Amino acid sequence: MSATKGMVLTMEKRIRVLVAKPGLDGHDRGAKVIARALRDAGFEVIYTGLRQTPELITETALQEDVNVIGLSILSGSHNTIFPKVLALMKEKNMSDEVLLIGGGVIPDDDIPGLKAAGVAEIFGPGTPTASIVDFITANAK
Amino acid sequence: MDIVQELLQGSKLALSRAITAIENEYDGAFTIMQELYPHTGRAHVIGITGPPGAGKSTLTDKLAKQCRRQGKTVGIVAVDPTSPFSGGAFLGDRIRMNELTMDPEVFIRSMGTRGSLGGLSLKTSEVVKIMDAAGKDIIFIETVGVGQSEVDIIKVADTTVVVLVPGLGDDIQAIKAGILEIGDIFVINKADRDGVERLNNELKMMLDLNQSAVDWHPPVKRTIASEGIGIAELMSKIEEHIGYLHSSNELAIRRTQRARNELLALLKEQISRHVLATIMVSGEFDSLVTSIEQRLQDPYTIAFRLLSNYLR
Amino acid sequence: MANESLEAKMVAYNAKIEKSLVKNPERNNLAHNRLYTPLDTEELDYESDLGFPGEYPYTRGVQPTMYRSRFWTMRQYAGFSSAEESNKRYKYLLAQGQTGLSCAFDLPTQIGYDSDNAISDGEVGKVGVAIDSLADMEILFDGIDLGKVSTSMTINAPATVLLAMYIAVAEKQGVATENLKGTIQNDILKEYSARGTYIFPPKPSMRLITNIFEYCSKNVPQWNTISISGYHIREAGATAVQEIAFTIADGIAYVEAAIKAGLNVDDFAKRLSFFWDVHNNVLEEVCKLRASRRVWAKIMKERFGAQSPNSMMLRVHMQTAGSTLTAQQPENNIVRVALQTAAAVLGGTQSLHTNSKDEALALPTEDAVRVALRTQQIVAYESGLADVVDPLAGSYYIEALTNQIEQECWDYIEKIDDLGGAVAAIEKGYIQREIQESAYKWQMEVESKQRIIVGVNQFQIEEKPSEGLLRVDESVGEMQKAKLVQLRATRDNATLTAKLTALEEAARDEHKNLMPFILDAVNAYGTIGEICGVLRKVFGEYEAHISL
Repeated sequence: MSATKGMVLTMEKRIRVLVAKPGLDGHDRGAKVIARALRDAGFEVIYTGLRQTPELITETALQEDVNVIGLSILSGSHNTIFPKVLALMKEKNMSDEVLLIGGGVIPDDDIPGLKAAGVAEIFGPGTPTASIVDFITANAK
Repeated sequence: MDIVQELLQGSKLALSRAITAIENEYDGAFTIMQELYPHTGRAHVIGITGPPGAGKSTLTDKLAKQCRRQGKTVGIVAVDPTSPFSGGAFLGDRIRMNELTMDPEVFIRSMGTRGSLGGLSLKTSEVVKIMDAAGKDIIFIETVGVGQSEVDIIKVADTTVVVLVPGLGDDIQAIKAGILEIGDIFVINKADRDGVERLNNELKMMLDLNQSAVDWHPPVKRTIASEGIGIAELMSKIEEHIGYLHSSNELAIRRTQRARNELLALLKEQISRHVLATIMVSGEFDSLVTSIEQRLQDPYTIAFRLLSNYLR
Repeated sequence: MANESLEAKMVAYNAKIEKSLVKNPERNNLAHNRLYTPLDTEELDYESDLGFPGEYPYTRGVQPTMYRSRFWTMRQYAGFSSAEESNKRYKYLLAQGQTGLSCAFDLPTQIGYDSDNAISDGEVGKVGVAIDSLADMEILFDGIDLGKVSTSMTINAPATVLLAMYIAVAEKQGVATENLKGTIQNDILKEYSARGTYIFPPKPSMRLITNIFEYCSKNVPQWNTISISGYHIREAGATAVQEIAFTIADGIAYVEAAIKAGLNVDDFAKRLSFFWDVHNNVLEEVCKLRASRRVWAKIMKERFGAQSPNSMMLRVHMQTAGSTLTAQQPENNIVRVALQTAAAVLGGTQSLHTNSKDEALALPTEDAVRVALRTQQIVAYESGLADVVDPLAGSYYIEALTNQIEQECWDYIEKIDDLGGAVAAIEKGYIQREIQESAYKWQMEVESKQRIIVGVNQFQIEEKPSEGLLRVDESVGEMQKAKLVQLRATRDNATLTAKLTALEEAARDEHKNLMPFILDAVNAYGTIGEICGVLRKVFGEYEAHISL
């Protein structure tokens, strides 16, 4: 299907991404920059603001039927938050269809453990937004 | 999963997946709509429209909570503009609805306008039907607030609430033509700001001038949504309007009009989709566009020729 | 007359070098002119625009002798895990020659939650020290004489509580409150617009802030009651001009609130302080500082009618920009911090925190923070930059850029005034949108290589995984929970209940100063969660509505 610029002639599937700030951390510069970059890449981005609990995150993801959940964590609480989110995703039957990714300040040492638990990728400081877009495009179901 | 069955039994996941199927036009989307249609028609649909910055999301959140206090179940469709350049959208209305997310009787879905050129898409009315079939008593549609959407909402809503704010730089004169005709209830939100009286008076004056033959005279209510002020009164007014629609013939008239619009829209959509898909698959399209740009041919001749080919 | 001939000569000069420009084109991402000459500072008047150091408008500095008598306070922000751990780190830093303390609190503490609240799970002790009650505070300062050290506490929404705890610890040490020196950040507006650790809505928050101004002016006269912060606004993505403009607008809002609460400007203004970021562009940062001092002085004198010179001085703590430090090739960060230190010193800061090389990865280890401290000491003792007051003054570029930044700052302040002031501008989302625009622009410049970050988008290497980083033990959460159980069992709960009830009653009366009530609750070993719980009940919680 070709699209003459500015006019989408048929309905394409859009990739829907939930960008979430879990826990008490208030640093949202990265989350907002990424949300915007994803929008500019053609995704539909749902951003729910600060102080999201794992329950809020997964319930929002369910209602919005997102393809990707992206968590931005700079406060060191990743080893608590990610497992909780993964557990809730499983409970809600979302694990097979929804990609879980994350970014922020997450030590290299912790990444293998997170991936083994089901996190698809962690994007460290300095990752170009284009890499995140490419990853989602390639891996979202 | 049998989406329709599970949805009717109350599964939120099924409800969510059904909406996606319709939005993305998966195979079987039409079947879903066909099967759900008999279960629709119960919900009352409230459209919330108005310019950006009026506080529509916050107002919707507060109204929804008021409905919940009355024991009603709620669906919310929050529409935001899709970027015409990237095709993406930033759907940020939920930021004001975090508490409602955890209420099991509330379902909130954010949608981009996606190619319906700024208006409320056909899809929105389908999403409303899905939520209706799922048993929601009240469904709020919160619109984009720019473009055609403000006026299009009347095509989908039973009660249209127009939200304005004082001092946003518009007088009534600047407010889009048409918006005064579609409002069943007008709300001046952020009513603690300067300019409330002036806006109120201008609005009342314009509404008086615009009076139609119908028995409902759109009231002007005041709210400070962020503080929960004026919400109960507004909800009462909405209920009054619902009552009016039932007791007069207005509801039937509107729903007939809606059914008519819907059928026409569906037909148009299907026809153009089908025709265009066939035409564009041939690969000629882009080269024809070029020849028009270079003024080697004119678009009228081409359009006629393409259609004639198709009809043959 | 002389300048007309110079102008003509400039034109001729530029024409002459056209050819070499064609052969050697300049980089296309340069924000400023190639060259500055007397033509750029024609309008400059030494006395009214610059003045002498320590004299209005303080462009050249707030003290006459600056670092020749006393270096800036070397004050490293520190705190993590338990009070015991942080106490060790504070003693280490003092032994290594730092001259002031700076406390970092964990997120539950900053947002008024106890360590055993479900919402605190995973967050206890991670970004700062966990303080649940006075008991923790006593451990934090164990063996540190509060009469001899000045302490800065980065705490905002519950600033009243932490200040009360500090005062209580000092009392137990036998130090009179008149002798206490320090700062609390206490700047809620930037929490709403950039940092996110708010609790209550704006109106009650402003009340708490003015309560502190009033209480300290009478009881803790040497205490800096607020650190009006631009650091976080800058880190969130703002430009240098936006950093000082938005912060000064916040400052205006605080002064107005205090005056409205009945305080006389000269009674509290001398204890207002500021907190700037210090970013990579060395000379721009110097000019930013000089411009900010001039702007604030004019505002205090002309807008608020301050009479006392102390009320007009912008005294500042600075921190090197965390966001400029990279996870890639972290040793490079030592160089960045050294340059930023030079900028802060040339600009005339009163106090400085330097980040450690592992800033992008974790909280600093002892070794890393020592190097950061040494950076300040080397600049102080070895570089000569601290030996002359405002040495860059008179440079055509420096004065022109200072003026330009000042002018752009006024434009923003006017815009914010038109919107109804800082609080209104934040409620309308204006500040947040401006910051986000700048943040996005920056990111796009980096991704398009218009802006080079060494090691990140140029001069990259194959990175090895990082080693030897500080990790906060996950058991801190459990330890704090156990301490709380113990605390609740051993304290006098009846007295505490009475104090909390009294606090609630006082909170409902907007004319009451809450500091004495909070002090009572703190001394009865009320936890931060219990005290803030009472205030949450009365004041409600802030609801953020603005997203993108």
